[in-house]
Amino acid sequence: MSFRRTMRWKDTRAALLFISPWIIGFLIFTAWPVINSAYLSLTDYDVINDPSFVGLDNYRALFEDPKVGLALRNTALFTVMSVPAHLVVSLALALLLNSATKATGFFRTVFFLPKMTPPVAIGILLLMLFNGQSGLINGFLGLFGIDGPAWTTDPDWVKPGLVLMSLWTVGSSVVILLAALRGVPQELYDSALVDGAGWWRRTLRITVPMISPTLFFLFIVDTIAALQSFTEAYTAFFGSGNTTYSNDAALFYAIYLFQQAFEFLHMGYASALAWLLFIVIMAITGVQILVTRRYVHYEGGKP
Amino acid sequence: MKRAGRILTWAALGVLTVAFIYPFVWLLSASFKPRGEVFDHRLIPETFILDNYVKVWQEAPLALWMVNTLLVTVLAAVTVTITSAMVAWGFAYFRFPGRGALFGLLLATMMLPGVVTMIPVFLIWNSLGMVGTLTPLWAQNLFGSAFYIFLLRQFFMGLPREPFEAAKLDGANNWKIFTRIALPLCRPAVVVTLLFEFQAAWTDLMRPLIYLRDSSTFTVPRGLKALLDQFGFGGEWHWEIVMTASVITTIPMIILFFLGQKHFLRGIATTGSKG
Repeated sequence: MSFRRTMRWKDTRAALLFISPWIIGFLIFTAWPVINSAYLSLTDYDVINDPSFVGLDNYRALFEDPKVGLALRNTALFTVMSVPAHLVVSLALALLLNSATKATGFFRTVFFLPKMTPPVAIGILLLMLFNGQSGLINGFLGLFGIDGPAWTTDPDWVKPGLVLMSLWTVGSSVVILLAALRGVPQELYDSALVDGAGWWRRTLRITVPMISPTLFFLFIVDTIAALQSFTEAYTAFFGSGNTTYSNDAALFYAIYLFQQAFEFLHMGYASALAWLLFIVIMAITGVQILVTRRYVHYEGGKP
Repeated sequence: MKRAGRILTWAALGVLTVAFIYPFVWLLSASFKPRGEVFDHRLIPETFILDNYVKVWQEAPLALWMVNTLLVTVLAAVTVTITSAMVAWGFAYFRFPGRGALFGLLLATMMLPGVVTMIPVFLIWNSLGMVGTLTPLWAQNLFGSAFYIFLLRQFFMGLPREPFEAAKLDGANNWKIFTRIALPLCRPAVVVTLLFEFQAAWTDLMRPLIYLRDSSTFTVPRGLKALLDQFGFGGEWHWEIVMTASVITTIPMIILFFLGQKHFLRGIATTGSKG
């Protein structure tokens, strides 16, 4: 008995040694910052002077700040446009790749390649490709006699442009979906074929339900990422010396938070902004899980 | 009917391939064009010049930025891989009281958006006098990262237990079992972790924006943003410089991708299938 106990203690001690880097890191870089951030959100703090306690003033200010409303609307609009577009496009690409049995490797590489372009470079590419007068996109539309909009300067077209540009990087979703498609048992299709089901029917009745856990995973992860979008929009529409663009249309929540914290040094207010985003993300993810749960099919029952 | 479908599939794939590759080719060709022709849609430059590359080199300390980025990226990738593997092994191999709760806590931290901790973490580095140096860009990785710990643990859990028990009977200690047997078996997952973190660190803009002040400490993405502010938005527009710099920034990532392609794609496929 005592021998067993020492064995177990030895195991515990070894395990704790192995996981100690994470425990230390968690305490320093997660636990403490979360507590500190909650505290800072109740203060005025500019890094130079000590924080002064202001109670809920920052949270009250959030609701009166027109830029917060603007940033929330922009971010919501971008998310609502980009997430479904990502899912549809990446599923379409994955289905195409799956049906072309030859050379999938080649096409998978082609679709993934843009994911290796640094987001800053994508922001720059956006300014070039979507340039209203001489950009490639409008040049292409011109071939069909369409007079393209001023994507990068017209406030109404800034977000659609960002959404279209973001479609260029669906590659990782395609790879994930392709792996899921490979896991759908062939027998299901064979028996559906015997029943005379066409391509659409097979896709809707077999493929989509069978890969629904993966679609669900991408839906959640994509939404969280879209709600925090920063780099491409910041590169293209913000920064020193950039006054030519209609920045307001591209003011995403993460950008406003960044500006408040590191450009205006309103650390207290920015912390309150961070907590509001956290609450919004939790709420949206919760709703998504509740609403989509009945459409997600897990083999062998619910996990 | 079947044949028509196949032709349609291949046609669609062809068009899409062009759509996905064209921006690269156009960017590359623009970097060889003189200023006045940058925006023409010719793929083969009418006047082919190398001046842009020379100019970028003169205008910006690109070589220095590359060295900075390489330093940060290698340190970030190596440290996060080693410590994440250690922690993952701790969670996968040993049974100890509180293991489930601790691992649940680890998973929970993955859901916490980065913006919540961003400001206090900045204040920590600020109080250590490290703002303005490259350290804050990688040193947090010394403590592992929840996502990679999760990824590596999944892999360790899939290994058979026998070789470890056998080694233990032969008198190998825990550290030896980990470094000599577990890690080598886990090589694919280790490579995936290295590649993912290398890419994340190489392309990151937000942290360099927060922590770097002097242009001599810039990483490549931070420097690229500075070039855009200077030559894109500030007064006279020199898109050709910005575009050439973009090409130079992208190339290392493309090379890395072709070197690690198999691991990259396999890694992404496995991380996603865990719903």
